[in-house]
Amino acid sequence: MKRRQFIAAGLGLAVGGRLALAAVKDGPGTAQSLEVEVWKGLRPGLFGERDINIDADGIISLETPYRAADAAAVPIAIRGLLDGRDGRYIKRMWLLIDQNPTPVVGVFQFYPESGGADVETRVRVNDYTFVRAIAETSDDKLYMTANFVKASGGCSAPASKDAAAALQSLGKMKLRIDPPATPGGAARAQLLIRHPNVTGLAMDQMTRTYPQPYYVRKIEVSYRDKPVMNAEVTFAIAENPSFRFNFRHEGAGVLVATVEDTENGHFEARAQVDANGAS
Amino acid sequence: MLPELVRRWAGLWLALAVASAWGAKAPLAVDEIAPGVFVHRGEVAEMAADNGGDIANLSFVVGERCVAVIDTGSTAAIGQALLAAVRLKTGLPVCYVINTHMHFDHVFGNAAFEGGEARFVGNQRLPASLSARADGFVQRVTETLGDAAAGTRAVYPTVLVDRDSTLDLGGRRLKVEAWPTAHTDNDLTVYDEKTGTLWTGDLLFDAHLPVIDGSVVGWLKVLDQLEQRPVRHLVPGHGRADVAGTDALARERAYLADVAATVRKAIRGGQGLRAVIDAGEGKAMAGWQLSEAFHPRNLSAAYTELEWED
Repeated sequence: MKRRQFIAAGLGLAVGGRLALAAVKDGPGTAQSLEVEVWKGLRPGLFGERDINIDADGIISLETPYRAADAAAVPIAIRGLLDGRDGRYIKRMWLLIDQNPTPVVGVFQFYPESGGADVETRVRVNDYTFVRAIAETSDDKLYMTANFVKASGGCSAPASKDAAAALQSLGKMKLRIDPPATPGGAARAQLLIRHPNVTGLAMDQMTRTYPQPYYVRKIEVSYRDKPVMNAEVTFAIAENPSFRFNFRHEGAGVLVATVEDTENGHFEARAQVDANGAS
Repeated sequence: MLPELVRRWAGLWLALAVASAWGAKAPLAVDEIAPGVFVHRGEVAEMAADNGGDIANLSFVVGERCVAVIDTGSTAAIGQALLAAVRLKTGLPVCYVINTHMHFDHVFGNAAFEGGEARFVGNQRLPASLSARADGFVQRVTETLGDAAAGTRAVYPTVLVDRDSTLDLGGRRLKVEAWPTAHTDNDLTVYDEKTGTLWTGDLLFDAHLPVIDGSVVGWLKVLDQLEQRPVRHLVPGHGRADVAGTDALARERAYLADVAATVRKAIRGGQGLRAVIDAGEGKAMAGWQLSEAFHPRNLSAAYTELEWED
């Protein structure tokens, strides 16, 4: 847990400080059994004194492997479960990894046009830990769910299996529509960005120095000029960031993804979607 | 004959003296697979307390002037036991320590060969790749092996190979060759012209499931070339000491090609990384050991590589 100062990196959120100002509410679910130290420190900065409902059934689900095959690229999904029938939708989701040097993985923003709040990505996990997903609904209520994941070393692992090739292709993007995209319904797309997403936590032993953190921090996706998903993320996202998300397919249009990294690198990808939902 | 005998005796005495100084570190068992070519067969296992990290094949080649060591094991102690094994066979100095790639089980015995005339040889990309991982490797080895890992640290090659190079041991030449990214981004093979012995490092796994830590596509291309090489002896990084004349290369190719085909099909079908990993979880790959530990990981590595293909 070295270099804790990175806790507050990236999101500009006042998440530092490990004072336990607020305890997790008692209630049903797993909150009492959750290892709460880190969470107690994070919660005030992120959510203040707001109530967090730990019965998230029917609101969100979190999918994680129990044991990671590769701690530097652990696949995770947060799925919004509201069907819109009660008029509510999920407008924001947080992804947190308690035991990571930077517990906040990211904040994902959704819109009525999003076609359902749902995001799959890959994260670095540094130690055996709880992973938490917190959803904010359109009526400003918070819901939390959490899973335990066994993995270690993901953040201090070096970025790349092929360092030279990784630098050459930096900024290359792929934006593709999952088949089949049903016209008028929710379509699904994947955004891939070639980026080392350097954590700054893997020491170079010969120079005894840490590299500068260098990672994708912002993603904005729109379809037919309407926002689909905006995300602010940290280097807890794995190398070559991948995001799968929904968008509502209502006629032909262009899906546009813009990406910004911590060195003010800007990257853009577009996918033309025809009336039949093919790209 | 006489000088050789004297040398052997001197070597033996030195080995015994050295062994007692290191807490009676027993010399590693080696097989002479060809004249002057000695291979220690590591266990086909993950590093664990009960094997002390002795999990990779380690070799040495004796020339008329000096000795080359090829890979040195997971710990300083294993490197010392390898040096003791050298000393049982010859009193000649070790002039080259060659690392076939940056993984801890192949490089962390290097420290035992410092201080003499040995020069450390590796792929030009080895130092950067090891340097980025060394801290984590040392931590892992120390956590797993405890005292058995005492004194273990990275010693970096300074003789760096970008294409190929020849090392002269006196009456015996070793050709070292650097490869494009395959098992890792810093693979190196060694070929002894005299006996036709090729050391693949972990470009070839035998018995131990191959582990992808570089590029599955690159690895298959390297195999195309390795399969063309006429060799009399073939020393893999893990498994048997000599697999020349067996189907080891073909079996490895079949596994890697199967991983690539499975993953490509899944990507085309819109399957995510998680589903692909899960499908490989707990699956025993016929004829391979350690599938459970490495197969899901290989699927993950192949997926994140191949999803960029078009």
